Amino acid sequence: MSIQAIKDPNVKAFPTPAKPAEVIAFTAKVRRRFEPGAIAGKLASTLVPPAIVIVVMLVIWQIACSSPNASLPPPSQVWTEAYDLIAHPFFDYGPQDIGLAWRVLISLQRVAIGFGLAAIVGVALGALVGQSIWAMRGLDPVFQILRTVPPLAWLPLSLAAFRDSSPSAIFVIFITSIWPVIINTAVGVRNIPEDYRNVSRILRLNQLEFFVKIMVPAAAPYIFTGLRIGIGLSWLAIVAAEMLTGGVGIGFFIWDAWNSSRLPDIIVALAYIGVTGFCLDRLVAAVGAFVTRGTTAK
Amino acid sequence: MTAYLKLDHIDKSFARGGQVSEVLKDIRLTIDKGEFVSIIGHSGCGKSTLLNLIAGLTKVTAGAVLLENKEVDSPGPERAVVFQNHSLLPWLTVYENINLAVSKVFGRTRSRAERHDWIMRNLDLVQMAHARDKRPAEISGGMKQRVGIARALAMEPKILLLDEPFGALDALTRAHLQDAVMDIHSRLGSTTIMITHDVDEAVLLSDRIVMMTNGPAATIGEVLAVPLARPRRRVELSSDRTFLRCREAVLKFLYERHRFVEAAE
Repeated sequence: MSIQAIKDPNVKAFPTPAKPAEVIAFTAKVRRRFEPGAIAGKLASTLVPPAIVIVVMLVIWQIACSSPNASLPPPSQVWTEAYDLIAHPFFDYGPQDIGLAWRVLISLQRVAIGFGLAAIVGVALGALVGQSIWAMRGLDPVFQILRTVPPLAWLPLSLAAFRDSSPSAIFVIFITSIWPVIINTAVGVRNIPEDYRNVSRILRLNQLEFFVKIMVPAAAPYIFTGLRIGIGLSWLAIVAAEMLTGGVGIGFFIWDAWNSSRLPDIIVALAYIGVTGFCLDRLVAAVGAFVTRGTTAK
Repeated sequence: MTAYLKLDHIDKSFARGGQVSEVLKDIRLTIDKGEFVSIIGHSGCGKSTLLNLIAGLTKVTAGAVLLENKEVDSPGPERAVVFQNHSLLPWLTVYENINLAVSKVFGRTRSRAERHDWIMRNLDLVQMAHARDKRPAEISGGMKQRVGIARALAMEPKILLLDEPFGALDALTRAHLQDAVMDIHSRLGSTTIMITHDVDEAVLLSDRIVMMTNGPAATIGEVLAVPLARPRRRVELSSDRTFLRCREAVLKFLYERHRFVEAAE
């Protein structure tokens, strides 16, 4: 029997439904409600383990330093003797008697100037070295030697050159943190895909346009790696430099506390330095993640 | 009548570590305004090198590229290239990618509003206006290539150079884009040179097909005119006699007379 043979009007090749299909919209029940349980759980999983470790360390430290002939103070003694430093970071009782937060800020200010200069000069030099084969051949060996010089070894020279402690400290920061910026920028520039260069050549971008519109964005992930290493190094260098140059920074505070045998103060200052260094690192990493979003994705 | 684009006895060789390898030898070709020319050949025959020479991205060893009787030896927006891998800048949106080209080429001659209209017109041309604020990573390969074409067209080039533009795409997307390119070519009448290794694509799109011999020292083996009326429709053409004859001619050239020899690489 062929299909044409079907004459019955009720038989259809494509039966139409009695009722047209209804479009049922999905009612999205996305609850962006504040869920205290989930957030508390997440916080607990990130905060509880380090908290336990810290408590255990404090207990061990307390036990180890409790004997009367211990050379270092136990945590309890740090708490009682340096209480005003811990509880009042922003007190200000005169030129040499200020809270630790002020000292950290003064050190940070030096880091900001020194590191800021290092970032600008470092990216520019790195771009030159990455872009020009002759600049690389000439400058790279020099950079490789100079970058191994320890930060403090620069200090006597810079004191002699600047004849003042503050610019000397800033110079030490600069010279310490510039190398990773230069080297990483150069690698980033060397790794710019040939296609991007071809695009810029077809558009006849000039040197400045190429630098701003192609080179810096394309090398941004590398540049930020360099900046992150650089800011860590500069925070290392400033504390050491301030110990020697004096002034009101956090580094000099430690040296001063040592000279007047205030060991608990030193311990509190160390905690400040550590936390600040951590924050700086995370800050640069966060800025980098924000600026380079989309850059690495192909 | 003088040719629009003239490749005048072009040789190209690369010197690497004291060894000179000859890639192209005595390339002679003239292309008229509005013509669509495909260059086909086996991989390694120097097709892409030839395109780069026309684009000015590499310099000729001997001979000259003449555009409207003027020698061109450096890249410029009047010879816009659509690269095989799109090469959109990943940190810019679709709109910004085209804007980079438009503001560089027309920054002085057109107002901001005119430039905006021009960008949107080109995005419309490749049907990508809906994705103007997306970044290249967020759109598909075919869409990226559309944007690449829009960027090249937005430079208002005298010659559009397509470097295996559909090579990295799947067959369906490729067919869509071929139709889009044919449509654009018929609307704008842009002089186009396309590198390809796909015989059907070459016959479907081109007015003439330039067939390259194998390297080293590759040259133009044969030039085949494709006398098919436009607009061309791929479904009708698949049984068209002229289409099949052209296709056969190219296949014969590539697989009988100039077989790809692996050792020549």
